[in-house]
Amino acid sequence: MLCVLAHKDWDFLSIAKETLAMQPPRTRTQREVAPAEHPSGDPRFALIDRTLKRFRFQQDALIEVLHTAQEAFGFLEEDLLLYVARQLKLPPSWVYGVATFYHFFSLKPQGEHNCIVCMGTACYVKRAAEIVATLQAAYGIEAGHTTPDGKFSLNTARCLGSCGLAPVLIVDGEVLGRETPEGTLAAVQAAVAGKAAPKVAVSANGVDEEVELP
Amino acid sequence: MNRADLQTMAQREQEKQARFQCRLLCCASTPCLSSGGAAVQQALQDAIKESEASAEVAVVSTGCMGPCSRGPVVTVQVQGEDDVYYENVTPETARQIVADHALAGQPVQEKLLPSDLPFFAKQTKVVLSNSGLIDPERLEDYVARGGYLALAYALREMTPEEVCVEISQSGLRGRGGAGYPTGLKWDLVRKAPSDKKYVVANGDEGDPGAYMDRTLMESDPHRVLEGMAIAGYAVGAEQGFIYVRGEYPVAAKRLERAIRAAERRGLLGSRVLDSSFSFRIDIRIGAGAFVCGEETALMASIMGRRGQPVPRPPYPAQSGLWGHPTLINNVETFGNIVPIIEHGAQWYAGIGTEKSKGTKIFALAGKVENTGLIEVPMGITLREIVFDIGGGIPDGREFKAAQTGGPSGGCIPPQFLDTKVDYESLKALGSIMGSGGLIVMDDQSCMPDVAKFFMEFCMDESCGKCVPCRVGTVQMYRILQRITDGSATLQDLENLEDLCTMVRETSLCGLGQSAPNPVLSTLKYFRNEYEDHIERRTCEAGVCEMTEVPVMALVEELPRRIRAAA
Ligand SMILES: Cc1cc2nc3c(=O)[nH]c(=O)nc-3n(C[C@H](O)[C@H](O)[C@H](O)COP(=O)(O)O)c2cc1C
Ligand code: FES
Repeated sequence: MLCVLAHKDWDFLSIAKETLAMQPPRTRTQREVAPAEHPSGDPRFALIDRTLKRFRFQQDALIEVLHTAQEAFGFLEEDLLLYVARQLKLPPSWVYGVATFYHFFSLKPQGEHNCIVCMGTACYVKRAAEIVATLQAAYGIEAGHTTPDGKFSLNTARCLGSCGLAPVLIVDGEVLGRETPEGTLAAVQAAVAGKAAPKVAVSANGVDEEVELP
Repeated sequence: MNRADLQTMAQREQEKQARFQCRLLCCASTPCLSSGGAAVQQALQDAIKESEASAEVAVVSTGCMGPCSRGPVVTVQVQGEDDVYYENVTPETARQIVADHALAGQPVQEKLLPSDLPFFAKQTKVVLSNSGLIDPERLEDYVARGGYLALAYALREMTPEEVCVEISQSGLRGRGGAGYPTGLKWDLVRKAPSDKKYVVANGDEGDPGAYMDRTLMESDPHRVLEGMAIAGYAVGAEQGFIYVRGEYPVAAKRLERAIRAAERRGLLGSRVLDSSFSFRIDIRIGAGAFVCGEETALMASIMGRRGQPVPRPPYPAQSGLWGHPTLINNVETFGNIVPIIEHGAQWYAGIGTEKSKGTKIFALAGKVENTGLIEVPMGITLREIVFDIGGGIPDGREFKAAQTGGPSGGCIPPQFLDTKVDYESLKALGSIMGSGGLIVMDDQSCMPDVAKFFMEFCMDESCGKCVPCRVGTVQMYRILQRITDGSATLQDLENLEDLCTMVRETSLCGLGQSAPNPVLSTLKYFRNEYEDHIERRTCEAGVCEMTEVPVMALVEELPRRIRAAA
């Protein structure tokens, strides 16, 4: 979906050489040179750069930077991880290690529509597993996966913090409580059939409004 | 801003509120919003505008009021009268409330929540005393209810040592699970020699089914910040971090705003309240890892690394963030600080039992009539929580177990319903107080399946650093899987018990050490269910399908299956 960086700009060997020489948790406070404009011209990189600047390129800010990157791009592509690694002067392995450790970061694109079913204890007691099974059967995918046509992703969560309304799920950002398998399926089918705008990445418009370009 | 300015600000806000003859408090936290709270608030506002009553009636969007399953909830405050609660409010009822109750003084009977409901009567609100009564996004609302006076008092009248003594005398213990005496921890950090120290609020709340910390951060963010600032003064730290779970964007947003508002008024930042004490607070957003609730993993995560725990000692109080002494407390623990400074240690120590002082917030969920957030004094019995406050089990079903402490806790069977809820009693039953999730199960829950559910959780969340936890949880999960699909043997049960002990004794951090708890406690109280699953291949609750057979029984089973298929 995104090919934001031309690989010629980012050959692995030189990055590896450059970063191998470094001891990981070394804190650098200031970068000598201001970051150059991103070669792809993608305005979303400006968002990442802004976070980088806010944290003064400190390596400790890696998780914050990855949050911003995921918010802007929807998921963390390999190129994106390399970009972050390079800006923070961290080894790519370090960045990859952090990105894959946390459930929140996704290295694969998400579907156009998504449904997150809570599988926390309260929802489990109220039989959320049946809801997941119904959706899995209807769309032929396992939880945590996206349909081959990229239309729908099914995810589970650990607790959405609305346990009083168990079982709880989120369909395209809307929280639904006290759901049944049938009700969920209907809601998801309506969402997938509807022409609701894709929720993933920030639209180009949104970015333009948000970023003060120099 | 100094103390006098603070009082002026409080007075001005109180006067402003007194000008309204009636205030309509509308809950705007996640559960009520998901049941249509936003439309209700809009309807209230429209109705007030239509009847041109904006000068007499005000709508306030507040934090959680407690009875989440009855949302959206609206509270009506008429001057000189007791507060009245409405449940399941729809936009139509909202308009009626404005017309009949707010303007004509006639409460709308059908959606009224009786004020003598045990749900309210049995609670003691100490930490949540502001929750549901103030607009969490307005500093003025908090100040009008005496906010930041405790900080001002501590800064002016108390030395850091006196603050630590006060907290010690109150008997407050950590609300994050283990119940370590808070005053002692503060004193350790205070005495640690270092030019730099940190205060961290643990708002990771990974225990599924618990949402006390989220509610506190969303409904009364300034109380947490004030508690942290007092801690910073007591231990000598100038920088605080508050680690908020990634799933809680609203809490993070409100805290962010609260920090900015407090900094603008000089209540945080440099030279707090015109004293020589400076304290900054930054927010760190978690990225979805349960183990990051563990204090050493949490610190790794704050420093931008993989959230893997490290062996203790050294404890964070000696060497924490970036090698400096660090005070880590749960968000709810910080929520207890302001009332202790405000009313004194003696008053606080008067609530609760001998060894567990104060109140505890529980998130009551599962198979009970009234689910929601409750704050009860320590020492209340489980029966009172489940049957009085919770209103009992719906559909005339039977109580089977109460689960506390999430994946590190255990299930408490009916014969112990009269146990007092405090740290020691729960531990003696093989469960823990935990962070405060309390899930009620009825006879439709199958205990081996519950154990499997928690084991799957621990298996997924194990950070993979130590072998007992990484491999042990997988093996225990596989055995539980066999028990619940019908292919287990009695040998499996024995192996399971051995594994539980081994993992508990040898894991690196609390996650592995407590992962066997749900299995051990269900084995202790519901062993007959495990045996039914293995020996008779039946699941009484009807949850497990039991379609498999043990390997050794396949010889007899296969011809039968082939015949059935033909
Ligand atoms: C696996 C694991 C998960 C934990 N999760 C949390 C949590 O979500 N919130 C929390 O406050 N403490 C959690 N703790 C406890 C913390 O390690 C720590 O003891 C606590 O934050 C100390 O604060 P307190 O003294 O105020 O209780 C967890 C511990 C372990 C071992
Ligand atoms: S367990 Fe599902 S919302 Fe908490």
